Amino acid sequence: MSEKTHTVIETTFRQEYGRVLAALISQLHDFELAEDVLQDALIIALERWSEEGIPRNPGAWLTTTAKRRAIDRLRRHSNLARKQALLVEIETSEEPEYDNMKPIPDDRLKLMFTCCHPSLSLEAQVALTLRTLGGLSTVEIARAFLVSEPTMAQRLARARNKIRDAGIPYSIPPSHLLPERLGALLAVLYLIFNEGYCATSGDSLIRTELCREAIRLCRILVDLLPGDSPSAEARGLLALMLLHDSHRAARVNAAGEMVLLEDQDRSLWDRVQIHEGIATLEAVLSLRKAGIYQIQAAISALHAEALTAEETDWPQIAQLYHLLAKMSPSPVIAVNRAVAIAMVDGPCAGLQRLLALEEALGNYYPYHAARADLLRRSNQREAAADAYQQALALCQNTLERAYLQRRLDEMNG
Amino acid sequence: MKYLLLIYTDENVDARMSEAEQEANMAEYYAFSNMVRERKVYESGEALHPTSSATTVRVRDGKTLTTDGPFAETKEQLGGFYMVDCKDLDEAIEIASRIPGARHGSIEVRPVWIFE
Repeated sequence: MSEKTHTVIETTFRQEYGRVLAALISQLHDFELAEDVLQDALIIALERWSEEGIPRNPGAWLTTTAKRRAIDRLRRHSNLARKQALLVEIETSEEPEYDNMKPIPDDRLKLMFTCCHPSLSLEAQVALTLRTLGGLSTVEIARAFLVSEPTMAQRLARARNKIRDAGIPYSIPPSHLLPERLGALLAVLYLIFNEGYCATSGDSLIRTELCREAIRLCRILVDLLPGDSPSAEARGLLALMLLHDSHRAARVNAAGEMVLLEDQDRSLWDRVQIHEGIATLEAVLSLRKAGIYQIQAAISALHAEALTAEETDWPQIAQLYHLLAKMSPSPVIAVNRAVAIAMVDGPCAGLQRLLALEEALGNYYPYHAARADLLRRSNQREAAADAYQQALALCQNTLERAYLQRRLDEMNG
Repeated sequence: MKYLLLIYTDENVDARMSEAEQEANMAEYYAFSNMVRERKVYESGEALHPTSSATTVRVRDGKTLTTDGPFAETKEQLGGFYMVDCKDLDEAIEIASRIPGARHGSIEVRPVWIFE
């Protein structure tokens, strides 16, 4: 087989994999069986397609072939009544003709809700979403969350077993549960994105593949969600992630050091992604169903629209943080709001607000880092040094620590 | 799918209920039992005497050991159960959330293991 044919086939596999897997899980109600028979089908496809060419509907071809493999496997091990019933169900279900032009139905939305079911632990939801819907292998996910591969494999196995044993449904939640479940799903995607965007520990500041996966999955979610209203926050989240992610190239300099937003080389920002993010945001804001992701996206959009740091519309940003704080009161948002206010009314105004948060945020290093920064700007070097020390004591990310240390040296030097 | 819904509440709190509160509680459980019967998900259900009436049995090295009380001291104690047959976990969760004890205690939802 030629190199070129192999590449084309590989690309087709990658494009079809997610949808086909989702279709199989939806029909077989068994994650592992679905993965195994899809693997079988891919092997058969590699052989067949290199001889006969790629079929007109590769997704349907793979699904049909995988289903046949599933029937074989179930026949061989079908001493369980449950499997017998499943076998009958699969055999009698309508088989799509694989040169039929109708695309296979998209079961990925159902699968997202299954993977993010509230009865699974959050870490299981994240792992299962990345493994089943995301393009990541168990090893890659383990590395991203800094656990060993066996630990991650076990986490995934337990989650799959729970879905099977506890009867977690493979369906889109009924409308009265949908807002809550969608909220949970969005939280998982945002968690994945944030883990990629500001890695909580370890050597790199960014894990690109996690950000990319979160964005990709959010796009699929937005495409597949029915109607306008439930998808407002999903679109808001997509806009938010696109806008944050657009800074990626500028966040770490050539020396491998972390660069703050105000110091970033904005020519390195991905303008195409910014354009898409803003367009997505404007479309959803017109729905007038404001939510926390949309507001955060709006804040990020204001940064993106400023060609230089000096041109940033801080008063509007401060107002948006005010709105955000009302919707979702949290000390974290309060810190960001204090920083924005400092940009409008000066560092002392910001410091005053931060003072009120000491009790809630004593263990949160960004709080101390923000305080230190404002103290530095108002020329209180000793107090700033102290605050940088406190931040260092709590921070675990190598690059962020290096930044804090540099500032501390500046204060002491 | 069959699920066992185990009702855990703090017995100390239960014991401090006035007679009026106890009656109201019984009425709520009565209403719940009717509801699950109407929905055709009810298999069985019972209230249990408090853990002060429990006996724990263990057999070790061929010897039967009995101790007074539940198998372990816990913050909340098993006070009753329902066995239901539901479509999926979501339905079981919804049923469990309607059990009166869910408001101040915890309902453990356990799928029944069918051996073939």
